[in-house]
Amino acid sequence: MYSYDQYDQAMVDARVAEFRDQARRRLEGKLTEDQFKPLRLMNGLYLQLHAYMLRVAIPYGTLNSRQMTMLGDIADKYDRGYGHFTTRQNIQYNWVKLEDAADILADLATVEMHAIQTSGNCIRNISSDHFAGATQDEIIDPRPYAELLRQWSSFHPEFSYLPRKFKICVIASERDRAAMRLHDIGIQIVKNDAGELGARFFVGGGMGRTPMIAPMIRDFVPLDHLVTYAEACLRVYNRYGRRDNKYKARIKILVHELGAEEYTRQVEEEFAHLIEQGVEPPFAELERIRGFFTDPPFQDGPKTVDRSDPDFAVWVDRNTHRHKHDAYVSAVISLKPVGGIPGDATGEQMRLMARLAKEYSFDEIRVMHTQNVVLPHVRIADLPALWTELHEGDLGAPNMDTIEDIIACPGLDYCSLANARSIPLAQRISERFDASGKTGRLGELKLKISGCINACGHHHAGHIGILGVDKKGKENYQLSLGGSEAEDVSLARITGPGFDEDGVIEAVEKVTDLYLERRAEGERFIDTYRRLGMEPFKEALYG
Amino acid sequence: MGNAADFGTSPDDVQFRFREDEPVDHGTVTVDSALEQTNATAVRIEPGDDARLLIPFLDRLALIEVNFPVFTDGRGYSAARILREAGYTGELRAVGDVLIDQLSHMRRCGFDSFAPDRRLDEEDAKRAFATWENVYQHAADTRFGARATIAEMRHGDSA
Repeated sequence: MYSYDQYDQAMVDARVAEFRDQARRRLEGKLTEDQFKPLRLMNGLYLQLHAYMLRVAIPYGTLNSRQMTMLGDIADKYDRGYGHFTTRQNIQYNWVKLEDAADILADLATVEMHAIQTSGNCIRNISSDHFAGATQDEIIDPRPYAELLRQWSSFHPEFSYLPRKFKICVIASERDRAAMRLHDIGIQIVKNDAGELGARFFVGGGMGRTPMIAPMIRDFVPLDHLVTYAEACLRVYNRYGRRDNKYKARIKILVHELGAEEYTRQVEEEFAHLIEQGVEPPFAELERIRGFFTDPPFQDGPKTVDRSDPDFAVWVDRNTHRHKHDAYVSAVISLKPVGGIPGDATGEQMRLMARLAKEYSFDEIRVMHTQNVVLPHVRIADLPALWTELHEGDLGAPNMDTIEDIIACPGLDYCSLANARSIPLAQRISERFDASGKTGRLGELKLKISGCINACGHHHAGHIGILGVDKKGKENYQLSLGGSEAEDVSLARITGPGFDEDGVIEAVEKVTDLYLERRAEGERFIDTYRRLGMEPFKEALYG
Repeated sequence: MGNAADFGTSPDDVQFRFREDEPVDHGTVTVDSALEQTNATAVRIEPGDDARLLIPFLDRLALIEVNFPVFTDGRGYSAARILREAGYTGELRAVGDVLIDQLSHMRRCGFDSFAPDRRLDEEDAKRAFATWENVYQHAADTRFGARATIAEMRHGDSA
């Protein structure tokens, strides 16, 4: 994986020093809170319902065991012994003190980490496929391109005060495991007919209160123009994105209002101009970065494993993913124990994951946007030993992509924007389906919960989505069906009137029962929904 | 809006200036006026203005002010870079809600004078201008090799 040279380290150190200075000027009264707010946000520091929250960047979700150990130590030293992995493949600490923030950033800098641009109206941490560099279905590892864009977007002088936040995703497979088309810019690395690599650009996707699927605006940007094209996309947005209304300020609104064709025309014009200006980094830089993402020394080995322990077998079936080397798999560590808080891990668990990564996965760890963790390169022969340790650390839940693998935002338990709680609902649903034993029969079923219309819990993209709203001072939950963030991307539709907490859990049970009753051979929940349409589900819910 | 003479900032309002030439000592006109008045030498850009409209007239302009009514409105950064990319070499002045923590980015986008609404602490500003010893990406300050980016420094001659 990528590692800093003296330049990268100096940039992060400079930012830590700058933030210390800003915090000092805030305390001396030289900065008002209004002036300080965008600055602390650009360093990942939010003010939440009960305390400050610090969001730490994990670029494209990749980290090593030393970094994961530091994350665990920070949880113990500065928080209440745990951290929360997010849908941006980041981690956030929910109980941070303002006066500790600069020290945490300094600790992070010692392991090449930071909280830069994890918030604020700037280009955020770049996300990618959590199986990058490991999966057999990719055409190339997408992370070097994400790293190139990370450097370009870090402290970008023109794009630090955009109309609104800006999220970029890079994948390199037809399979989309990163919700690529629900980003402000989604980039898919593709090969053209001549066998050359290039970048396909999708612009203007997003969730939030106006969910949109990004249209493709260019099917092939040569790799030696990748940064230039991204710069053109951003410049058009920075100049013409709406600033009169926070809720209409994302690029999806600009692309929608101009129309994809007109937006594209403007980008192409800017692109032609910027090519003349020469803003692309030397191609040798991309080559240098690629050198950090070469395969670890894989070795041939057994391709099967003793499955006589049924608990182990079910974990292998659900939580491992095919690897490009046939003696390896990628192993998913579920942060969704039944009845637990989705995405939470204790400091102890983080250190355990770090040790296991070192022992079994060439020192590499990934964070998934589904709030789980991956050991990308595990020898099949090592799976029993790995599983035993995970199981003992309460990290062995066999529920990847099942109804228990719920994405949930922090909700009203933490977030000052929320209208309803998300976490207790996720806890109760996983408990209920685990107890009824239906989880396995339901197969792949992506359930996502947001505690307000900002949609941090990705409810628009859930096979089943739940949106918490405030109805006359009481929490109310709207159910939606048919969303997907994958290559079959679609937006979920609301079923009808909302429910109270007990009611929405009943409703989830009803729609899943209907699926079990009506599904055709091999159909997932989403497939059955798409075949049958909304009506029978409505009938089951409200009929 | 008053007459042209009292519109815009005066040299006295300029707190930081990175130029040797004498500052223009008369008021600025709006972009619309600049397009009509062939003798205007100083113009002021508001956030919604298209800086590219000025490109045909850059030769006769000695001062372009870019107004930041609120520091969170970042359109002026694009305006500045666009003007430098078009070859403008006159004074480019950031005016309005210009604060310490925006100085380094503004400088990189091509601003070479600063007239903040409220005077800034000199020491804090000095530190802010020096925030980035090196830079990742191209901007107005890297044009014509004036400054190498980090990627270019990494690769020396191959850049």
